[in-house]
Amino acid sequence: MGGAKFLVIAPNCRNEWAPTVTCGRRTRRLASPLAYDLSHLRQLEAESIHIFREVAAEFEKPCLLFSGGKDSIVMLRLAEKAFWPARLPFPVMHVDTGHNFPEVLEFRDRRLAEAGARLVVASVQQAIDDGRVVEEAGPRASRNRLQTRTLLDGISEHRFDALFGGARRDEEKARAKERVFSFRDEFGQWDPKNQRPELWNLYNGRLNQDEHIRVFPISNWTELDIWHYIKAEQIEIPSVYYAHKREVFERDGMLLSTGPYISPIEGETLFVESVRYRTVGDMSCTGAIESSAETIDAVIAEVSATRITERGATRADDRVSEAAMEDRKKEGYF
Amino acid sequence: MEMLRFATAGSVDDGKSTLIGRLLYDTKTIFQDQLDAVERASVQMGSDYTNLALLTDGLRAEREQGITIDVAYRYFSTPKRKFIIADTPGHTQYTRNMVTGASTADLAIVLIDARKGVLEQSRRHAFLASLLRIPHLVLAVNKMDLVDYDEGRFEEVKEEFRDFAMKLDIADLTFIPVSALHGDNVVTRSDSTPWYDGPPLLHHLEEVHIASDRNLIDPRFPVQYVIRPQSDEHHDYRGYAGTIAGGVMRPGDNVVVLPSGFSSTIESIDSFDGPVEEAFAPMAVTVRLSDEIDISRGDMLCRPNNQATSSQDIDAMICWMSEKSVLAAGNRLMIKHTTRSAKVIVKHLAYQLDINSLSRIEDATELKLNEIGRVTLRSQIPLFFDEYRRNRVTGSFVLIDEASGHTVGAGMILGEAG
Ligand SMILES: Nc1nc2c(ncn2[C@@H]2O[C@H](COP(=O)(O)OP(=O)(O)OP(=O)(O)O)[C@@H](O)[C@H]2O)c(=O)[nH]1
Ligand SMILES: [Mg+2]
Repeated sequence: MGGAKFLVIAPNCRNEWAPTVTCGRRTRRLASPLAYDLSHLRQLEAESIHIFREVAAEFEKPCLLFSGGKDSIVMLRLAEKAFWPARLPFPVMHVDTGHNFPEVLEFRDRRLAEAGARLVVASVQQAIDDGRVVEEAGPRASRNRLQTRTLLDGISEHRFDALFGGARRDEEKARAKERVFSFRDEFGQWDPKNQRPELWNLYNGRLNQDEHIRVFPISNWTELDIWHYIKAEQIEIPSVYYAHKREVFERDGMLLSTGPYISPIEGETLFVESVRYRTVGDMSCTGAIESSAETIDAVIAEVSATRITERGATRADDRVSEAAMEDRKKEGYF
Repeated sequence: MEMLRFATAGSVDDGKSTLIGRLLYDTKTIFQDQLDAVERASVQMGSDYTNLALLTDGLRAEREQGITIDVAYRYFSTPKRKFIIADTPGHTQYTRNMVTGASTADLAIVLIDARKGVLEQSRRHAFLASLLRIPHLVLAVNKMDLVDYDEGRFEEVKEEFRDFAMKLDIADLTFIPVSALHGDNVVTRSDSTPWYDGPPLLHHLEEVHIASDRNLIDPRFPVQYVIRPQSDEHHDYRGYAGTIAGGVMRPGDNVVVLPSGFSSTIESIDSFDGPVEEAFAPMAVTVRLSDEIDISRGDMLCRPNNQATSSQDIDAMICWMSEKSVLAAGNRLMIKHTTRSAKVIVKHLAYQLDINSLSRIEDATELKLNEIGRVTLRSQIPLFFDEYRRNRVTGSFVLIDEASGHTVGAGMILGEAG
């Protein structure tokens, strides 16, 4: 592993104003407190690693949710850091809507192989075929809501008791309220009015029969923190995050990519545009944004200047109502 | 960049959420679609103006009732600092959520409605902030627009609070007159308060000195997880993963392991990014020792000449957080302290604190929801701790009800019970 190049350690021990400690006969000058400062990214990283380890130590069957999006890619890196040089002490689960970007699926398999992680797929297609969920009809059909049932079935099938999710509190106002250890009752439901107190870095993970928790190690990261981290760590991400030419059409103010899962209806026309994705989800409801950002620095500049949240810009599923996310979370969504 | 975590506090409706909304709005942190949504919701609720509190009051129930129920976390940065905000509820019923948000804060902003002055809940929150040892406290006298920006009123509230604060252990106290609704002295200095010569709130948040608030003196490493790779390449690797809870640790340092008392030397401090030369709080690292000793989760590495107190008997201040049960002598609970969990018995309730007078109620026999008191606990196994005032990590714990699994108490250690 390539040196401690990103650790901000400045052993500036010659500071005259530094406090001293006396240990037995020896008096030693301590470095100034300023020399022992962690940058905010390293503080966030340390907090996340702490959470990963806490769950691995206290739960029997944790699992990492992995969509192939930037947040779950950062999560995977943090998990690798938490247990290095050992492999991840838990498997990885992809709740697969079947509507994937081919680049993302390819990336998922390659990256997980590299990490030596075991993949479990919870398939929405399978849930439809089994009759556990019913496919929506019409040109605006989406498999977004069907993910909840598929996810909950996956959890009970594998008896997972803790699921790491890559949600961030800056994404959405219901998420802004959620604890790091977030409880789900035997129906998988979240009760926002009755969350457990969560103090300091002490996480209470006690569960009753058939309950589980969702754990959000990157709760305190913002979208920009994620991008700065991807840059600092030189993390590879799927190519759809960078600007590329794509055949798209406009719907509800979003640019959707045409393909096997979704196509224009009357009044919508196809055109080629330079776009990139700010989030990567189900192809049928994730919008692209016009962009010429082909490099990580250009993406960071673009994200810093944007006036619209990532969900507002790219997720049809959140536009349903003011409380769409809260309602879905109560049902057991990510 | 340096990071500051702060929490709001104060009585219900004193304007905490509005202040955070104003801070986010005036620092241009609000995205257009968020603002549009808040404007739509304000109109729908029949408000005459855009209700900036809706930026943090995001739950359905909060909007229906017009109050904050649970902490909202918000983020923003300026060229000087990155901020993590916990906007906490003022309603008494949700005090435990205030404590949740405040527990990790470097600074607390206690709001007071200039018309109402210091209320019981303002006192409770200021006291909790001092109990949690939040190093910096700002008293924001809000709604100055409703008292004609009167200097005399500001001074009265200030004096009233100062009288109370004298009895508290507050290291750094700053008073700022603001109007969260109109933005006076929030991000920019107000023309309506020419008599005020201090900085606006944001300026204070950017400048307050926080670097020396951490403990760099007492090396403490609670072992969180033992790393033993099941691979040929790292066959004999045995590393102790954890987060540094105090002091500075370096390879070559002599360490003693609690509870066994064995000593060894730090062989190396490892991370995914390579060896670490110096580790300090709050870094998450993996420590390898020169000797093979049996160490597991819940053990602690210290220096031979600077060790945490090891004891089964502790005195602590407790904030009780359960509406379903009370804390009384004889109770059996679970404790979670650093990486240790154990059973505890409440041996003795020394007193309950009266929030208003800060006097001791010596004949109290139980603590109910949101009550604070001093207890003696006996733990089934030794705990390795420091006084909370010396180390917020090794001095704090939570109490858990074994049957329900709920977190029912927050504890701050005073010392070994004698
Ligand atoms: N005139 C005036 N009204 C204010 C000011 N700040 C807040 N308000 C109003 O006071 C009411 C309560 O404000 P909130 O921000 O919701 O109060 P809060 O302290 O967050 O309340 P809880 O979180 O429920 O404890 C709202 O109607 C605000 O518009 C101010 O500076 N001036
Ligand atoms: Mg509020």
